[in-house]
Amino acid sequence: MALLQISEPGVSAAPHQHRLAVGIDLGTTNSLVASVLSGDTKVLRDEAGQALLPSVVRYLGPETGGGSVATTAIVGHEAKSAQSDDPHNTLSSIKRLMGRNRADVVDISDMPYAFMHHDGIVQIDTAAGMKTPIDVSADILRTLRVRAEAALGGELAGAVITVPAYFDDAQRQATKDAARLAGLNVLRLLNEPTAAAIAYGLDNASEGIFAIFDLGGGTFDISILKLSRGVFEVLATNGDAALGGDDFDQCIYAWIVSTAGLTGAALTAQDKRKLLTAARNAKEALSDTAAIPIAANLSDERALCLTLTRDTFTELTVGLVARTLRPTRKALRDAGLSVDDIQGVVLVGGSTRMPQVRATVAEFFKQQPLTDLDPDQVVALGAAMQANVLAGNRKSGDWLLLDVCPLSLGLETIGGLVEKIIPRNSTIPTARAQDFTTFKDGQTVMSLHVLQGERELVSDCRSLARFELRGIPSMVAGAARIRVTFQIDADGLLSVTAREQSTGVETAVTVKPSYGLEDSQISRMLADAYGRAEADMKIRMLREAQVAARQVIDATEAALAADGDALLAPPERLLIATHLYLLADIIETGTEANDENIAALKRAGDALNDATQEFAARRMNAGIRQALSGKSLDALTEQLEF
Amino acid sequence: MAITLTENAAKRVHAFLAKRAAVGLRLAVKTSGCSGMAYALEFADAAANDDLHFESHGVTVLIDPKSLPYLDGTELDFVREGLNEGFKFNNPNVKNQCGCGESFTV
Repeated sequence: MALLQISEPGVSAAPHQHRLAVGIDLGTTNSLVASVLSGDTKVLRDEAGQALLPSVVRYLGPETGGGSVATTAIVGHEAKSAQSDDPHNTLSSIKRLMGRNRADVVDISDMPYAFMHHDGIVQIDTAAGMKTPIDVSADILRTLRVRAEAALGGELAGAVITVPAYFDDAQRQATKDAARLAGLNVLRLLNEPTAAAIAYGLDNASEGIFAIFDLGGGTFDISILKLSRGVFEVLATNGDAALGGDDFDQCIYAWIVSTAGLTGAALTAQDKRKLLTAARNAKEALSDTAAIPIAANLSDERALCLTLTRDTFTELTVGLVARTLRPTRKALRDAGLSVDDIQGVVLVGGSTRMPQVRATVAEFFKQQPLTDLDPDQVVALGAAMQANVLAGNRKSGDWLLLDVCPLSLGLETIGGLVEKIIPRNSTIPTARAQDFTTFKDGQTVMSLHVLQGERELVSDCRSLARFELRGIPSMVAGAARIRVTFQIDADGLLSVTAREQSTGVETAVTVKPSYGLEDSQISRMLADAYGRAEADMKIRMLREAQVAARQVIDATEAALAADGDALLAPPERLLIATHLYLLADIIETGTEANDENIAALKRAGDALNDATQEFAARRMNAGIRQALSGKSLDALTEQLEF
Repeated sequence: MAITLTENAAKRVHAFLAKRAAVGLRLAVKTSGCSGMAYALEFADAAANDDLHFESHGVTVLIDPKSLPYLDGTELDFVREGLNEGFKFNNPNVKNQCGCGESFTV
């Protein structure tokens, strides 16, 4: 007979309705799957009792597949151990490529794969044919699904998959697609820090603000979560995409090389790997002991025997640990909080086992971090709890999880500038509206370009969608009112609506982010946006001055065409035209964003204004004369009184 | 009239009960499923007035009087079948059960 689990009171699942749901932590280095059994959340292990599945996939071609034509994918430990023998067909750290196009991926050079790009999608040529990052992730997810179905004894109703809080729409969509390929029904995507908070049951507290400190194998993430009345809200996220346990291994490796008097360049690849493994083992051992001997036999018969103490290790890595604090401070600043506002700190990721990391975190936050749960498992456990609720196995816990949009969303405006509609770190679901207007007289079409990113210029942000609003009634520039609404649903997918207010014409677009098929790229992320803030501000000032100047030119030209012959003597007209051309010239030539060009634009604009002052006064007078002519004094008085 | 737990099952139940403020384990049958009756296995946070109490290996088992005839003599076991682990009802009253074993007739 079927095996039963103990249920919560009153919610025993009826036969054939028991909904199995799992939480999956799809990590860069390792992945896990967990589920709630008898009210107890557990990580599901494979036949060998291993919980962690290395996120490594090895593809075997038909010829190595033992005569059969079918190609095979080997996932996990076996693939990982084949990594050095078959580097081109053994894919790891594939999460870094999810939802990216070739141009997005800047740090691709250290991956030994045969990259192809077709229609802008990154593909890797393997023995089993072309593979996209989605295919590879799907193979990892499929392995976890099979493991879960074997352990739970049935088909899965759904899964909650965690993603980093900073994943953009394209990366989230790619993760969902991978899950679908793997035959998983995605109940929802959950931000990793939120999952960690759930695992610690922080949702049982009444309220508070928590920091989730996630130092993994290759990345560092810090998130600030706010809990109020059982509702989680991600206030801010930050991190360092190139800081993790691997850097600590490298530190020890460098120490071994220099202490033993070796030269790194002279070592064979095999020796390097051996020493790196020794370094990693030493790192892990130093979490429990104060000193560890490091012994290794090199290929040239030399034998190493060193002793690394925890104090030396701490000293070596003081710079690495300190690097976690800058993003942490930034996240706190983004959230508008100080260290004293943080009620609890959750540690996530295997690297947080290192005592010096714990000590630094404790010192920075002035409190001991939460460490009861296995930091490798905590995200998967939280995801499993959420999956259990979403699958309908638990009535009471109706969590409403609020997530945050990782990058600002906005529209292109005249001058190639980005007007941000939804600022970064806004909680989702959310909707924001802003009114825009026309730039030219008689403009009936407005082109809307939806962008994602922190930079001021369109070319530096990521293009998500373009669409047009047609049928705007013909009016003078600035008279039309077009309300643009941005809406993000709970899964972080965006829809944009533009509506002309007087006639009600409307168009909308739902952004199903393509995997970078658009012309632009996420070439710069947040750090970059901070680093270039000042240059961006100058560019914005210049572009705005240019837009203002063009508006003056347009208005002057329109006025000249209408009344130039009637109201201006030829020399007067020449003066205005000279200033007009001068200003147009400066717009064209002064394209570099510096104070000089901005000032020159302003001077030329002012000069044109001065030159047209008399003309403008005459136009006013002419207009008034026209309005007054042929009317009786009584009628005029009436008008004035009115 | 008795309901018993195997030692293995009792150990498991203790582990689960330790994590919550439950008074014991509730066993029941419900009329549902493809073959007549189905088992329900729940944490009992409070005992009802009519509940029958059984003790086995230190675990309090609560059963409502209507369910008892179907469950009398049952031994609750905790087993591992491959990767799958869970509780199993060894119920002498069962005459027939559906293919998947989730429901039964007496």
